[in-house]
Amino acid sequence: MKDSARIAILFLIVAGILALALGGYFGFISQRFNVSLVAVQAWVSTRFVAIQEFITLPRESASLIRRNAELEAEVSRLQAQVVQYKQQVSQTEALAALVNFSRSNPESSYTAASVIGRDPSPFLHYIIIDRGSADGLRRGMPVVTEKGLVGRIDAVIANAARIQLITDPGSSVNVRLEKAGREAALAGSVSGDLSLELLAQDVPVETGDILLTSGLGGGYPPDLIVGQVLNIRKRDSDLFQQVTIQPVVDFSALKIVLIITDFRPVDITPLLQIP
Amino acid sequence: MRNLIAFPVLTLAFILQMSIVRRVTLLSGAADLPLLLLAAWALQEEVASAWLWALLAGFISAFVSGLPPLAPLTAYLLIVGLARLIQRQVWRLPVLAMFTVTLLGTLILHLFSFLALQISGSPISLGDTLAFITLPGLFLNFLLAFPAYAAMRDLATWVYPSENLL
Repeated sequence: MKDSARIAILFLIVAGILALALGGYFGFISQRFNVSLVAVQAWVSTRFVAIQEFITLPRESASLIRRNAELEAEVSRLQAQVVQYKQQVSQTEALAALVNFSRSNPESSYTAASVIGRDPSPFLHYIIIDRGSADGLRRGMPVVTEKGLVGRIDAVIANAARIQLITDPGSSVNVRLEKAGREAALAGSVSGDLSLELLAQDVPVETGDILLTSGLGGGYPPDLIVGQVLNIRKRDSDLFQQVTIQPVVDFSALKIVLIITDFRPVDITPLLQIP
Repeated sequence: MRNLIAFPVLTLAFILQMSIVRRVTLLSGAADLPLLLLAAWALQEEVASAWLWALLAGFISAFVSGLPPLAPLTAYLLIVGLARLIQRQVWRLPVLAMFTVTLLGTLILHLFSFLALQISGSPISLGDTLAFITLPGLFLNFLLAFPAYAAMRDLATWVYPSENLL
């Protein structure tokens, strides 16, 4: 009986506690208990992680440094690749433009060449290209881009040629004003500016007028675009107008040019009377 | 055999001049790497081959440039002569000597280029030449003068090691 009574009392106590717990009477106590438990858990966990990091950090750091170096090398390689691709795209665009130009002007035959340098002297506006007499290039052949006239070949060796740009101070191109239909001489200068010479005061010129090669003198084929009128200055005391020309070609950014290989320049020097 | 170093150095100098230096312009002026290297080499006390360098630079220039050939050749020979003269006078101040030769050398080369182009019929004006080419070129040459001198100093030490040890 004693045991049965004890069991019954214990059961009643447990049942009573459960009933009180279920009734929410122990909420405060259980909350305090939970908070303490979580705090202990957090403390243990934090210390454990700290100890684990302390033990494994040198190895992780070395691994991270190595990985970082690998990624930096990969980034450098990809950046170089991007630059290479950009250059290829730029070159392809230039070539496509030149192909379009040669297709739209089928009356001439062309040889493409890359610009590989400039004359070492700043007095001269010459460029060096990577095609020469072995590719059929000859002195005097005109050089163009898809935009217009660049210059003409001044000297040739087997695998390279030197081109005198129309901006060179020694260059003179016979041109025609498209609108007015009058001829003039286009001259370069030390600064690379282009100007019209021998243009009479009575010739009507307007800003924006297009200039084409006239073909006179036999140095260049006719009707190649050269530039457009940028500035006009007329003075009554002058015999000729002073006209500044904006070239259509950007000579500072020349990369690929076309040489008109079927044009044979005519040297009229022996016909000129020297006083 | 020591003289052979002139070929690769000057060839490389002209390649760099034509492909890089001439594209970096101020107005229309550009630095002149062959001139600077030639002047710096001629200023080295132990160097005996400066005249050969001047001749070689003149020949390379005549080959690659559209300038009348005698102009750069004569100018380079004069620059070496000037550098040797200044080197004997102000040998204790090599940097000052380098800047002096750079100044006078640039003026000599540009004067000869100007005269040669005038004679050959290129209508260029002295005012434009000074404003657009010579003064900007001088500025750029001064910027490169000291590095050029340092490079040639190292090259001379490498080519003439025994003289430096004495």
